[in-house]
Amino acid sequence: MNAPALETRGLACRFGGLIATDNVSLNLAPGARHALIGPNGAGKTTLVNLLTGMVKPTSGQVLLQGEDVTALSAHARVRRGLSRTFQINQLFPDMTPAEQLCLAVGERLGEGGNWRGIAGADRAMASEVEDLLRRFDLMSVMDQPTRQLAYGRQRLLEIALALASRPRVLLLDEPAAGVPEGERADILAALAALPADVTILLIEHDMDLVFRFAQRISVLVAGRMLMEGSPAEVAADSRVREVYLGADAHG
Amino acid sequence: MSGEAARISAHLTRRARWGAGEIAFWIGLVALIFVAPSRALLINEILIAGLFALSLDLILGYAGIISLGHAAFFGVGAYGAAILASHGINDPIVGLVIASLIAGLVGLASAPLVLRGSDLTRLMVTLGICLMLGELANKNSWATGGADGLSLELTPIFHLFPIGFTGQRNAALYSLAVLFLLFALARRIVQSPFGLSLRGLRENRLRAGALGISAPRRLIAIYALAAVYAGAAGALVAQTTQIVSLDVFDFHRSADALLMLIIGGTGFLYGGIIGAALFIAIKDGLSTATPEYWEFWIGLLLVALVLAGRERIGARIAGLLPRRARGSAA
Repeated sequence: MNAPALETRGLACRFGGLIATDNVSLNLAPGARHALIGPNGAGKTTLVNLLTGMVKPTSGQVLLQGEDVTALSAHARVRRGLSRTFQINQLFPDMTPAEQLCLAVGERLGEGGNWRGIAGADRAMASEVEDLLRRFDLMSVMDQPTRQLAYGRQRLLEIALALASRPRVLLLDEPAAGVPEGERADILAALAALPADVTILLIEHDMDLVFRFAQRISVLVAGRMLMEGSPAEVAADSRVREVYLGADAHG
Repeated sequence: MSGEAARISAHLTRRARWGAGEIAFWIGLVALIFVAPSRALLINEILIAGLFALSLDLILGYAGIISLGHAAFFGVGAYGAAILASHGINDPIVGLVIASLIAGLVGLASAPLVLRGSDLTRLMVTLGICLMLGELANKNSWATGGADGLSLELTPIFHLFPIGFTGQRNAALYSLAVLFLLFALARRIVQSPFGLSLRGLRENRLRAGALGISAPRRLIAIYALAAVYAGAAGALVAQTTQIVSLDVFDFHRSADALLMLIIGGTGFLYGGIIGAALFIAIKDGLSTATPEYWEFWIGLLLVALVLAGRERIGARIAGLLPRRARGSAA
């Protein structure tokens, strides 16, 4: 029996009188493709912040591969194998894609405190950066300032950076948000090609993407877990239809 | 496959190689001291101010830490060198190294205070620490000479080359050697994985954290290193002028270094040296031409520089140059 890759137990978070997360229990098996959906204001962002350690829960636990990480800081959780992407690009605009991937890989290798070597001189480092650039089709723009890249490319770099940390669990926060129609296929292909052993939690508005990608779906409404099931079960659930898909259909 | 990796590596390390322009820059500085020995005093002043501005660039340009009290470390270095000399440590190089390290320790001790809070609190904390150290130097006149200051008796460098008023050219060469060594070290450090992580922290703190970078330790390290550099600049001033007084802690010193960086540009190491040269040359020129109003013109220049932007002014000037001159400059 393997421990779940990511688990929450009775996670709750209150901001004053507001209950943003209410007794949420999640359980992601290793290698899972799990989606988290819910209408605006359901508490998806708060839940991501609780998982990554940016916000401390009022009560409950977060477990990473069976270990309680609730007390750990955000960067300590990254080192334990929990990475994330951001809904709004969080890149290094004045670095090139190669430079920021070199930074991300260097941090994973614990090289960030090294002041004697030269960043990127190492062959193993260069070939790992190469691998990431190829995987996300960024090779042709590897030496251009990131701020000049097309939005779709920046979105791919956002995922590449998270993957450079070699996460066991990857949280994707609306990876296709704002991507123009013509570049969406690249994002979908990149998501489909993510390593199978990495456990993925996809937070997404786009139902088309969710139903194509996820094997399991959790529905969050008003901070509570409404239900969890296979895509077919979720699609058939009348409560989900009512609070989410129904509301969507009516505009 | 290995071809692509080599290309990536070449791109990542492209700034680590010394360019022909850079080598010419340093040879030019050496030549300048020999060509214009009568201006050695002014050149020395520029070199030391350049080192001080370089020190500020390490924290401002690379780590994004803003300071209005960087003279604190300059002052500690200057008094450190003077007090060591008055206690029988008369070798300039030994004095310089110890004084710089003392400034670094002060930097290390004050870094945690400086790194908390916002930019505004940072401005106030750095300013406050500098004021406190200045007042400590004033009150403890048994060690510092108080308002009278301290004069230094030093042995010649390598027991051969006297520095100070009898050896102004030697003094300028000494300052240049120290500036070059510290510059080369800084250049290496900013190219290192540590330097890259500082750039990451400056450009996007949120993402840097999401890559697992813990900011405080990195920032404390660079802050302490910058304090060592500022201390070295202070020690050089004390040693080459052979006197140190309370003005080493003056607010205008911190502010001038910031102005030099704004003139020369932050985040590329040469900005501090170029800015120091321009600032001191302009100040020197203006104060000769209009002794009473030179600060007015400096002020006007700064307002123009900040509002119009250095890049745009540079482009405008480049546009005025004849085409051929532009081609050979590039």
